[in-house]
Amino acid sequence: MSNIDRRHFLKLLGIGAFIGIGGSSLFEIVGKGTIEASVEQYKKVPEAFQAKRWAMVIDLKKLDQKIINDCTEACHRIHNVPKILDPKEEIKWIWEEKFKNAFPEMKDDYMAPEIKNMRVLVLCNHCDNPPCVRVCPTKATFKRKDGIVMMDMHRCIGCRFCMAGCPYGARSFNWKDPRQYIKDENPEFPFRMRGVVEKCTFCYERLDRGLPPACVEASKGAIIYGDITDPNSEIRKILSSNFAIRRKAKLGTKPSVYYLL
Amino acid sequence: MYDGWKIIVGLIVFIAFVTLPFTWSTGKEYLKVEPKIDTPEIQKLPEAERKCVESKEFMRKEHMKMLIDWRDAVVRDGKTLYVNSQGKSFNMSLQNTCMQCHTNKSKFCDECHNYVGVKPYCWDCHIEPKENIKKEARL
Repeated sequence: MSNIDRRHFLKLLGIGAFIGIGGSSLFEIVGKGTIEASVEQYKKVPEAFQAKRWAMVIDLKKLDQKIINDCTEACHRIHNVPKILDPKEEIKWIWEEKFKNAFPEMKDDYMAPEIKNMRVLVLCNHCDNPPCVRVCPTKATFKRKDGIVMMDMHRCIGCRFCMAGCPYGARSFNWKDPRQYIKDENPEFPFRMRGVVEKCTFCYERLDRGLPPACVEASKGAIIYGDITDPNSEIRKILSSNFAIRRKAKLGTKPSVYYLL
Repeated sequence: MYDGWKIIVGLIVFIAFVTLPFTWSTGKEYLKVEPKIDTPEIQKLPEAERKCVESKEFMRKEHMKMLIDWRDAVVRDGKTLYVNSQGKSFNMSLQNTCMQCHTNKSKFCDECHNYVGVKPYCWDCHIEPKENIKKEARL
């Protein structure tokens, strides 16, 4: 070893460092991949509906009182939403609003009264840039990969920042234990507890099982949903051939619920 | 030692008092924990299918962690199928999978949870199976 020169020593050092650093990380990457692939514990059901970003179109011309009631009733029954009459404590996932209140920035003194008082079905807009998610301190509310703005009720601490953040009033706080206000419970879906915030979840539990959202099913064609990133989807065809508006779009939340007038 | 006998008697009384809970309970039977898995729903299943998603030992130790992992997979990733170590898949749901077989919440869940003094908040929101506890008590 005494005849090793400087050049040879540096060469060996370089090779050693390359094998040591590169080799181990390569092994880690390859090894991890094979381990994860061999035991895929959690899977999607094959019939689950998938999208890059879910969106909804509500055709206001097709809405009447019966359809609005049917949609609200279907949603609230399936998701065990309590019926509390006191407006300060009521819980709502989807509800009826007058046009002038749903679209306040369009209000005009000379707007036709039939448009001003038109019935609009409003719900969580599942914004692409959701302010509620940004303000949630516990990541209880988050945006799924398919664009659905979801709630993890286990993590909600009831701080109500999200309610302050949401410009659509789409979130409700449980001031009381909701259980006593539900007559016909759906045994397949949980309740919420006192002190958490809840809202529409785009029926993630139905989409994951291959079923359309409950309001879409009850709407008799007035509500259309689909993948807005897919140019061949029904929703994109409707949007490319009709004039559609979104609630408070200028705020930059990029809502995913469109309205046809 | 001044007043030695007083100190010794005092010590004996003190030790007897402190060890009273242990001496008192010798010979008596301890509270037994017997979680029951003999629900009619499980009895109805054919012998080969009468198995939980994982082994009894695994479930006993890991069920709490597993339920949290299930929750994250379903709520966060939209994955609803659990593939167990045998390759069999199950719908991940406390209400719609676990409690469909274990319909005896009071004897299956509460029995041990009460014994070890833990109060999981599952049932604040999740709907527990309807049990006829009064009827069982009468029989």
